[in-house]
Amino acid sequence: MPATPRPAPVSARLQGATGPWELVIGLEVHAQVASNAKLFSGASTGFGAPPNSHVSLVDAAMPGMLPVINKECVAQAIRTGLGLKAQINLMSTFDRKNYFYPDLPQGYQISQFKQPVVGEGVVVLDMADGEIEVGIERLHLEQDAGKSLHDQHPDYSYVDLNRSGVALMEIVSKPDMRSAEEAKAYVTKLRTILRYLGTCDGDMEKGNLRADVNVSVRRPGEPFGTRCEIKNVNSIRFIGQAIEAEARRQIDIKEDGGAIVQETRLYDPNKGETRSMRSKEEAHDYRYFPDPDLLPLEFTQSYVDGLAKGLPELPDAKRARFIKDGLSPYDASVLVAEKANADFFELVAKDRDGKMSANWVINELFGRLNKEGLDVGASPMSAKQLGGIIDLIASGSISGKIAKDLFEIVWTEGGDPARLVEERGLKQVTDLGAIEKAVDDIIAANPDKVEQVKLKPTALGWFVGAVMKSTGGKANPAAVNEILKKKLGIV
Amino acid sequence: MQEVDEATVRRIARLARLEITDADAGSLKSELNAILKWVEQLSAVDTKGVEAMTRVVSMRMKQRDDVVTDGEMAADIVKNAPMAEDNFFVVPKVVE
Repeated sequence: MPATPRPAPVSARLQGATGPWELVIGLEVHAQVASNAKLFSGASTGFGAPPNSHVSLVDAAMPGMLPVINKECVAQAIRTGLGLKAQINLMSTFDRKNYFYPDLPQGYQISQFKQPVVGEGVVVLDMADGEIEVGIERLHLEQDAGKSLHDQHPDYSYVDLNRSGVALMEIVSKPDMRSAEEAKAYVTKLRTILRYLGTCDGDMEKGNLRADVNVSVRRPGEPFGTRCEIKNVNSIRFIGQAIEAEARRQIDIKEDGGAIVQETRLYDPNKGETRSMRSKEEAHDYRYFPDPDLLPLEFTQSYVDGLAKGLPELPDAKRARFIKDGLSPYDASVLVAEKANADFFELVAKDRDGKMSANWVINELFGRLNKEGLDVGASPMSAKQLGGIIDLIASGSISGKIAKDLFEIVWTEGGDPARLVEERGLKQVTDLGAIEKAVDDIIAANPDKVEQVKLKPTALGWFVGAVMKSTGGKANPAAVNEILKKKLGIV
Repeated sequence: MQEVDEATVRRIARLARLEITDADAGSLKSELNAILKWVEQLSAVDTKGVEAMTRVVSMRMKQRDDVVTDGEMAADIVKNAPMAEDNFFVVPKVVE
């Protein structure tokens, strides 16, 4: 953490009526821990079950029920801390955060207030104009609440406690971001890290990753302004929109001579504005106190070391390795964004040219998957098949143009690329005699073009096209070029 | 020790969703102050350098394996609810 807070890049400043403003943004991300059972009970965490079917007597807060911690949830929090290069606390404690709401039957949420399981860490963002470090303040374990449905009845809300008690990791950043772009990049990167670690599936549509966004504005060089917290924003796009809208609102107030009131707000994506959540104001008095039902959470350094050994290669390390292997930083970033994509690429690139493999994976395969709305797990083409196509290009068996046709065939019909090339006669013609004959035929049939090309050598392209067409795209383009030049007398 | 006043008593009651009368507030104020005064005795003990007590017996927290062993009893869960429908709890409307 730098001693003086990082100023915003000039490009990230927002222009007000009276001059430029800087944004200061911090995020609290709630990430659902990937586990089978809940944090303190043996009920399932499965999504989409019938109402209240994944509820134990502990989750329903029946009198006398006692919480017993799920050790895998603890392990997941430690793994995440390691992935964030953070301090792991061998002793942490649980506190009760008191508030009343129908989706929280205990009347309090079990959380970690005073001593969280994970302390300070860092996330590195690759922005267009260089790397940025966003500090992590802490990560703590806590219980999720249930779900209320408000549209079932005009006078009543319906409560389903299936999600109540599911483990969450609250990951609190330092106020280190200076633009909506940086905040979006941070959540994207955090999500990627969590998915690599397997500690949270990052599914924002299911609410498994959501963010509270703290926004304030200041004049460049001034200390932090008063902040507002925008609660529960559940998509990366909305996080960006909410920040822009909230910053504009605060700038307008300040420029009109007003003061920002610290408060909790909600983002309304339909109106594109934030509004005050007045009812939450009083609830801020959470009266935390140590949970007497739970002893301190303790584990040994060797336990942490064991978990560290089992961690996969993380996106930053993978990206650095890809770049070292000859990929462009851009291609490397695209490939590591999703672990499944990187894994697919590595299968294709094994014992093959990295750059060429990256081109085919990113431009052809991902392009096609995108168009069809599929992810790599649902790809009709395997890494082995795509690798087979690349081998055929590398060995000169097929031309680049035929390779694209072959890609289409393998995509729609499946099959072994090498066999398809044999069976369908797609092999590149490298037999110079055959190419020469094709060239002679074209020249003989087009005396007018021959005259043209003598005056304008760039017209050679027409001949190349004609020969390629007459050979069904199978002639080796380099050989065609050479023979044409020779026969037409172009140097 | 700071005395608890009636406004604080009402505030605590509201946070705890307890409905209290003015007469209640007066007597609760006295009771709370008496309790706090009694607990205040603890401040006579010198705790400098003493680690905060987190347990009364020397034992470690029990932990559970990540296995689903509970649930699948929605009808039982909502059985005592004043109102329920299709195994949902039904409560007075709460919406932002």
